[in-house]
Amino acid sequence: MNFSPHTTEDVRSMLNFLGLDDLSDLYGHIPKELLFHGKLNLPDGLSEFDAKTHILEISGKNLQHGNTLVCFAGGGSYDHDISAATNSLASRSEFVTAYTPYQPEVAQGVLQALFEFQTLVTRLTALDVSNASLYDGASSLVEAVNLATSHAKKERVLLSAGIHPNWRQVVETFAIGTGHQVETLPLRNGITDLSDVDMTNVAAIAVASPNALGFLERIDNLANTAKENKALLIQVFDPIAASVLKSPGASGADIAVGEGQSLGMPLSYGGPYLGLFAVKSEYVRLIPGRLVGETVDKLGRKAYVTTLRSREQDIRREKASSNVCTNQTLIAIRAAIQMSWLGTNGIKEVAKISASSAHYLANQLVQAGFALAYDSPFLYEFSIKIKIDPEEVVEAVCYEGMLPGIARYPHEIPGISSNLLTIATTEKRTKDEMDRLVSILKKIAL
Amino acid sequence: MSSPGGKSSSIPLMGNEEEPTIFELSCTGRKSYTMRSTGVPVNELKDLVDGMFLRDDELDLVEVSERDLVAHFTRLSHRQFSVDLGFYPLGSCTMKYNPKFCDEVASYESLVLIHPATPSKFCQGWLDLCFKLTGALKEITGMAGGTLQPAAGAQGELTGLLLIKAYHESRGESRKKVIIPNTAHGTNPASVTLSGYEPVTIGTNKDGLVNIDELKAILDDDVAAIMLTNPNTLGLFETEIAEIASLVHNIGGLLYYDGANLNAILGAVRPGDMGFDVVHLNLHKTFATPHGGGGPGAGPVLVSKRLLDFLPSPIVTQEGDRFIFTYPKHSIGRIHSWFGNAVVLARAYAYIVFHGNDGLKTVGELAVLNARYLKERLKEYFPPAYDSPPMHEAVLTAESVTKETGIKALDIAKGLLDRGFHAPTIYFPLLVHEALMIEPTETESLETVDSLIDSLEEIYRCAYEDPELLKTAPMNTPVSRVDEARAARQLKPVYKRDTPA
Repeated sequence: MNFSPHTTEDVRSMLNFLGLDDLSDLYGHIPKELLFHGKLNLPDGLSEFDAKTHILEISGKNLQHGNTLVCFAGGGSYDHDISAATNSLASRSEFVTAYTPYQPEVAQGVLQALFEFQTLVTRLTALDVSNASLYDGASSLVEAVNLATSHAKKERVLLSAGIHPNWRQVVETFAIGTGHQVETLPLRNGITDLSDVDMTNVAAIAVASPNALGFLERIDNLANTAKENKALLIQVFDPIAASVLKSPGASGADIAVGEGQSLGMPLSYGGPYLGLFAVKSEYVRLIPGRLVGETVDKLGRKAYVTTLRSREQDIRREKASSNVCTNQTLIAIRAAIQMSWLGTNGIKEVAKISASSAHYLANQLVQAGFALAYDSPFLYEFSIKIKIDPEEVVEAVCYEGMLPGIARYPHEIPGISSNLLTIATTEKRTKDEMDRLVSILKKIAL
Repeated sequence: MSSPGGKSSSIPLMGNEEEPTIFELSCTGRKSYTMRSTGVPVNELKDLVDGMFLRDDELDLVEVSERDLVAHFTRLSHRQFSVDLGFYPLGSCTMKYNPKFCDEVASYESLVLIHPATPSKFCQGWLDLCFKLTGALKEITGMAGGTLQPAAGAQGELTGLLLIKAYHESRGESRKKVIIPNTAHGTNPASVTLSGYEPVTIGTNKDGLVNIDELKAILDDDVAAIMLTNPNTLGLFETEIAEIASLVHNIGGLLYYDGANLNAILGAVRPGDMGFDVVHLNLHKTFATPHGGGGPGAGPVLVSKRLLDFLPSPIVTQEGDRFIFTYPKHSIGRIHSWFGNAVVLARAYAYIVFHGNDGLKTVGELAVLNARYLKERLKEYFPPAYDSPPMHEAVLTAESVTKETGIKALDIAKGLLDRGFHAPTIYFPLLVHEALMIEPTETESLETVDSLIDSLEEIYRCAYEDPELLKTAPMNTPVSRVDEARAARQLKPVYKRDTPA
């Protein structure tokens, strides 16, 4: 099976034109010992129907009693509703099957959508400039660390233990190459505390608010400490939460990075997601990835184009401070559409409803006998203490058709004193679902 | 000749009306959203969270009706060229047709509604799919194992280089250099720099291939690896790859394969059999996952046996009839927030099972057939930069046209836009003057390839007869040539109400 339109006659006439007898002659100049003889050890091709059936059979193993799990897990991936308009518009093949907008004359659609995405992200973060996206939240954090170290010309980077453990691991992996000294700051009472931290040679402090446990951090205070020590403050933010929380810009963050999945992407087993990246204007020339700017065409009409191209790896080559080329354009367009559908008030409603539900659920759990991990403020994600192994709790609840949250351990989040279950709610979760979760947890985990 | 893929079929369909920004369409009091009732009373945030954490500046996104929202993005889509609309002969980018049934697969609820923190016992489907895809990619490349985490080719490159670094360090060697030909993709040297190695460039010989004498002169025990693309970015097969491999292996170095051009050799030659130790693939090229206007892609990395222990964590392994996550002994760590661009991986897997062993081989053959036909037919107008037989793409030069008429590769590219085609890649590889890098892919018909050839011939004649027409091209597109210098000089990356455009 294949999608080539060539008829047997086409192939014959093209080979004739080239003076060749057979398709295998196209590889005739390649040394014989390098050619692969025989067939790849792969099954024969399938019809479209059989291919779809095959994948439905495999993916069916993701279901529990024929259904997906009712989701109370977060950790950067939230089960928010996605508008039909978003799904429809972001599925338009003009966006889906376009190439990178290197020929702006025929790419104004993607370019303008990215320009609008950038603008929406700056409004959400109250920072000056946003790029056109990176791969995921973790890659945005890696690029922020690289920007900060090359700006500050210092090598130490402090990561709050409240940043998702996976993301911290990603930063550590890429530091193998850059040589940055990445250190983790243990949490105290569920939040970041800089009071006894050695601040010499620190290029950046990165803190998440809300953090991986769901708790809110005083970014303004942390940013002051960073500033006093000539370090940059990188805030890991959540785009829905940012609509109601003090913005990264107002809190004094230099760089805001985040996972944009909440803005219209299904959970998708972790990808493709969307790396958000916004900075104060003084760092604009250090921004990684692509940036779209407004300009005019020859006839003076408004036009958009990728700009500051000299920063891009295809020009700078070995002098590049980032190797990002492809980003997540389609997901960024999707996010722009979903943000516009929600609008100024809808995004705040999502945050408010989700937070109301989380506080209701937390209260019900406390009344049932569970203890909150810390008495700290949270929005729509929070953590409770679990006396037995939380991973076993998660599995046991999964058998009941619900994913109750994410198991957290002191060894992966330094500074927490007990095993935790971190639970998230969205505007999709109902009172009935929450009440059911409480009764299951009560049975299994008390 | 009429063409289903180019000529008059595409550009006239594109929207020529300027579209206001969504912010200009915004009107206080309009909305699209509706919110469900959860059954829990909705509180004011100040009753839930201390006010010092709450936003005090007024948020201003947009306020639009759903009708206006849909019209806006639909009109924007009409100002956008795409594979579904026409032919992208973009060298190095493999802009093949993206099968529709893969879109359907990418929408299966049993795939897209799964949270990545689901315990592996409850998402066996995803683990199985990742295991099967890795297995297929191992077979196609002739490698021993791999990771699906890298979200794009460039991230795959960096991952591969970190694996190479981990390998050398595990042997107590701190090598410093990575060799890259001067035809390499721009991301290669950037990735080398970010991996902590120093890129060293070597030249190309008169046949457009790696200069082996230069390579020999530079090889010493400080060389960690060589990064190659084969076929290289000139579209030519490195016929001396076996000798290159043995030279590099002899000094203890490793070979990195940039998989951007794998389409040319699917089922015909395997990187592992050529001696490569690390391979990254661009699933959005060879395996037809849509480019999405510049992502999401996926850049899995495959490795030879000696690098298995260093692979990123976690990887999926099979234990009886179950699939589990395992953590390689000396893993370099995690690359992605979760497991990579999972849904893109599902599309690529669907593409592979649809094609099967024979189908994939035909893909490679017809991709090469189209490119070689095109080169042969165009050579009297735009000669190839090198005369060796091209694989999946032909790198031509417009140098003599430029000398004789002043018409540059850029003007030719813009002229093609006016004729309903996307432009080829131009000015790359950097060593070719006025380069036109054309990759027709296997999914364009003979008629479409012919009509591109006809248009290039017509542009050639136009360069001599009426060059001004080409210098002002394109005029049939939604906007004419864009002032890129102004965009950089008067940087405006954000919409602001008060600033006139």
